Amino acid sequence: MNTTLLLVQGLNGLQFGVLLFLVAAGLTLVFGVMDFINLAHGVQYMVGAYLGASLAALTGSFWLGLLLALPAALVFGLVLEFLVFRHLYDRDHLSQVLATFGVILFLNEGVKVVFGAAPMQMPVPELLSGGVPLMDGLLYPTYRLAILAAGLATAALLWFLVERTRAGMLVRAGATNAPMVTALGVDIRRLFMLVFGFGAMLAGFAGVMAAPILSVEPGMGDNLLILAFVVIVIGGIGSVRGAFVAALLVGLVETIGRGLMPDLMRLFMDASSARQTGAALASMLVYIVMAAILAFRPAGLFPARA
Amino acid sequence: MSNPRLWLPLLVFAGLAAAPFLGLGQGHSLTLLARGMIFGLAAVSLMLLVGGAGLVSLGHAAMMGMGAYAVVVLDHAGITEAWMVFPAGILAAALFALLTGAIAIRTSGVHFIMITLAFGQMAFFTTSSLAVYGGDDGYTLFSRTEVFGARWLENRLIFHFVCLGLLVACWALVQVLLESRFGRVLRAARENETRARALGFSPTPYRLLAYVIAGAMGGLAGVLLANSAEFVAPAYLAWQRSGDLLFMVILGGLAGPHGALVGALAFVLVEEWLSHAMEHWRLVFGPLLILCVFFLRGGIVGLLRRG
Amino acid sequence: MAFQESGHKTGATRRGLLLASGAGVLAAPALHAQAAPIKVGVVAVQTGPQAALGTQLRDGWTMGLRHLNNQLGGRAVETIVIDDELRPDVAVTKVRAALERDRVDFVVGVVFSNILQAIMRPVTESGTFLISSNAGPSTFAGRGCNPFFFNTSYNNDQVHSVMGQAAQDLGYRRVFLMTPNYQAGRDAMAGFKSRFQGEVLDEVYVPLTQLDFSAELARIASLRPDAIFTFMPGGLGVNLVRQYRQAGLANIPFLSTFTVDEATLPAQGEAALGFYSGANWAPNMDNAQNTRFVRDFEAAFNYVPATYAAQSYDTAMLLDSAVRKVGGNLTDKNALRAAIAAADFTSVRGGFRFGANQYPVQDFWLCQVVRRPDGKFQTQTVRRVLEANVDPWAAQCRMPARI
Repeated sequence: MNTTLLLVQGLNGLQFGVLLFLVAAGLTLVFGVMDFINLAHGVQYMVGAYLGASLAALTGSFWLGLLLALPAALVFGLVLEFLVFRHLYDRDHLSQVLATFGVILFLNEGVKVVFGAAPMQMPVPELLSGGVPLMDGLLYPTYRLAILAAGLATAALLWFLVERTRAGMLVRAGATNAPMVTALGVDIRRLFMLVFGFGAMLAGFAGVMAAPILSVEPGMGDNLLILAFVVIVIGGIGSVRGAFVAALLVGLVETIGRGLMPDLMRLFMDASSARQTGAALASMLVYIVMAAILAFRPAGLFPARA
Repeated sequence: MSNPRLWLPLLVFAGLAAAPFLGLGQGHSLTLLARGMIFGLAAVSLMLLVGGAGLVSLGHAAMMGMGAYAVVVLDHAGITEAWMVFPAGILAAALFALLTGAIAIRTSGVHFIMITLAFGQMAFFTTSSLAVYGGDDGYTLFSRTEVFGARWLENRLIFHFVCLGLLVACWALVQVLLESRFGRVLRAARENETRARALGFSPTPYRLLAYVIAGAMGGLAGVLLANSAEFVAPAYLAWQRSGDLLFMVILGGLAGPHGALVGALAFVLVEEWLSHAMEHWRLVFGPLLILCVFFLRGGIVGLLRRG
Repeated sequence: MAFQESGHKTGATRRGLLLASGAGVLAAPALHAQAAPIKVGVVAVQTGPQAALGTQLRDGWTMGLRHLNNQLGGRAVETIVIDDELRPDVAVTKVRAALERDRVDFVVGVVFSNILQAIMRPVTESGTFLISSNAGPSTFAGRGCNPFFFNTSYNNDQVHSVMGQAAQDLGYRRVFLMTPNYQAGRDAMAGFKSRFQGEVLDEVYVPLTQLDFSAELARIASLRPDAIFTFMPGGLGVNLVRQYRQAGLANIPFLSTFTVDEATLPAQGEAALGFYSGANWAPNMDNAQNTRFVRDFEAAFNYVPATYAAQSYDTAMLLDSAVRKVGGNLTDKNALRAAIAAADFTSVRGGFRFGANQYPVQDFWLCQVVRRPDGKFQTQTVRRVLEANVDPWAAQCRMPARI
């Protein structure tokens, strides 16, 4: 593997990483601030993708689709909060897990009933449909660069909101010591709703951004949800900064590991078994990394609670 | 009659024992009941971790998978004798639990969930890449495990009672463990680790032992599942399956192993009934789970205690 | 609407049948037995990302029955759809229930090989005929062939070897291979290489849950092959095709199996234009049976049928011919088996016959994705690659003459 290829792979890893970050950021906030395990975060990403794809098809424009999908995802999240999640905040983690699993079952089936089982597509907007030649014969799609840019911009915005605004201060305080925040007279319910709605919108945004490159289909959020949990656990629950670092780490490990593992294995065995073992190991790599990090730093890289 | 912890399981066991003679003796009903009992066994073993030690594992399907793949490996080598197969399945799972548990129990809470998930995923991808045993396609067992060379387990009625017997034994074991000093230490450490340590107990060896015992029972359930389906595939180790087991435990209620038992039976039977009755049954099953959480605090068995 | 119409028709036919048996009060018991509908279990995945394939399969079967007035060989049919959920143990439990509770006379369908492997023993050992209308693993084509098992689709190896032959014929010398890391993926590589004699630049296995192919695309670009061969069913293929086009690699010919078909084309759209696929059927095949099938299928279900649907449609026609041949009497298994093996029906593929291992002997085509005048996308035959092809495992099959 030459240097250019490695650089391209690195860029790919970063781009996948920021996509993961968009999903993981909402998850870690909701978990950290509200101490609420929301398994349904993955289906909110899926709903975002479906909303974006169908609204784009309806309006005939990617941008209108994106613009309309964001408030729709927000409203959808708030409706879920009102109907289901609100009644779970004071329950133990296991009840939250079971109830949000019920939401997953319902919504995965629901989109199939509404949109059909076949995957849907969302076209890449005209403006971003080109590519940048990075190496001979390979265009790096402009759209992927746009995802990277949007992800980084969102990260910067989140950093500003969390570190520099009053609401952000409360969020940080809530993540560190929620009972104390309540005791100081803050309406914790409103704060929860704010955080939750924002998290849902972020997941929806990730869904819309992913829709032009990934297949929009029932259950598309399930595997991403697991990766997002890996990210927030590695990063330290409740820490947006941790989620950012961990998301990039997971993205890079996933992408570069896949490229490198088979080559690495070839040092130890013959080519055909190296390919299969390498591929199997590459699938496990993220989990190996997580297990290793947790074994040495059980609270993650940037624990929010001291 | 006041303690559902005892009378409820006995009622369930009596019902299961009588079921074949009360019009549920057809092959498919027995298959379904066996499935319910096998998952019941796995859920009861998971209950020892979740309810007893407060260790929420999202990798318990891997334990079942170890048991199931032990059957496959031995079958491939031409060994189908129960006195080899059952201990091998149990030992394989216990060993896997010991190795992964030694690392996993250093963490707690959601980190424990994630690290057990990680080990489960590693086991899943490993079995998927075992081309000798069919890889992702799975492995067809051409006969069930034999007992002294006799093919008793092929008879579904006998298999029904083997499953029931093992389920009763495991339930009793978990029940006794939780009531014993061992169980009290686990619970004390769950409720207040600092105090337990101050009293001179290090919870670590207790937790590891609980993890290994639960793993071994999971392996036993895996051996039974392989025999029931006469087929083994990596899908048995998928994280969704671990999730299902966890949901059975929570659905039943964490008051004791009887909760896991009832939860597993309810989960398997309601799923079968709903999926037979309608196409989009998850539209009903999902909200049903949510309503259970809302209104049945303490799971299904919580309902009984109140009523 | 179309559903209701045919439902009415079925009702009328069933009433007619009941009247007929009622009129002949003293008719032989056999006639009473025949008045009961034939029950068929259709195993089709309805859960998760692959549900679209199961839906194609189920709708193809439904279409066949509609054209047959909901009868097989003159007997009314009751279809029981079984969702295998892509979980083998669930499939076994549900299929056993269908065999023992519902007493189905046939089990048909099955999209994926692992599900077929799981239900093979329960179905065949109960003395019920199992007819796979999609999954075609080599296991049951060679030594593991079974008198109770028929396949109306293909053997996996054949389809992949078609692309190997096509790459050979098109003069490609350096080819890059990529499949998911599971048994069918490994079979695909082997199948392709069985007929391709050029240089294989690299073989890449990706996880079944892969979302993003950028790592592999970068590798393809750096190797600059004459063509790539891939097998990426369902959502994997949707992601790969769109990302391949976006990465500007579309000038490298894209050879594939089960990657660009009518089940995924609605989501791939323009990105798949001009991509190649190997298949035993395409919607544009020019014969009366096929024209009618495609036209009515699209009218009824509002999407273009893929091979899953076409093969299931053929399966309905096959069973119709078989039940007719035995006069509706399903008890003589040897006669019924001979009647199925005769394959005395008009296939949407043109010719159709079974080989000694009860897998089809058929032509295979190089197909290409085109845009139709109505704006929808479909695959279209380019040329015949293999003629009356027998799968490579058939020689190993020792099929018993009688059951």
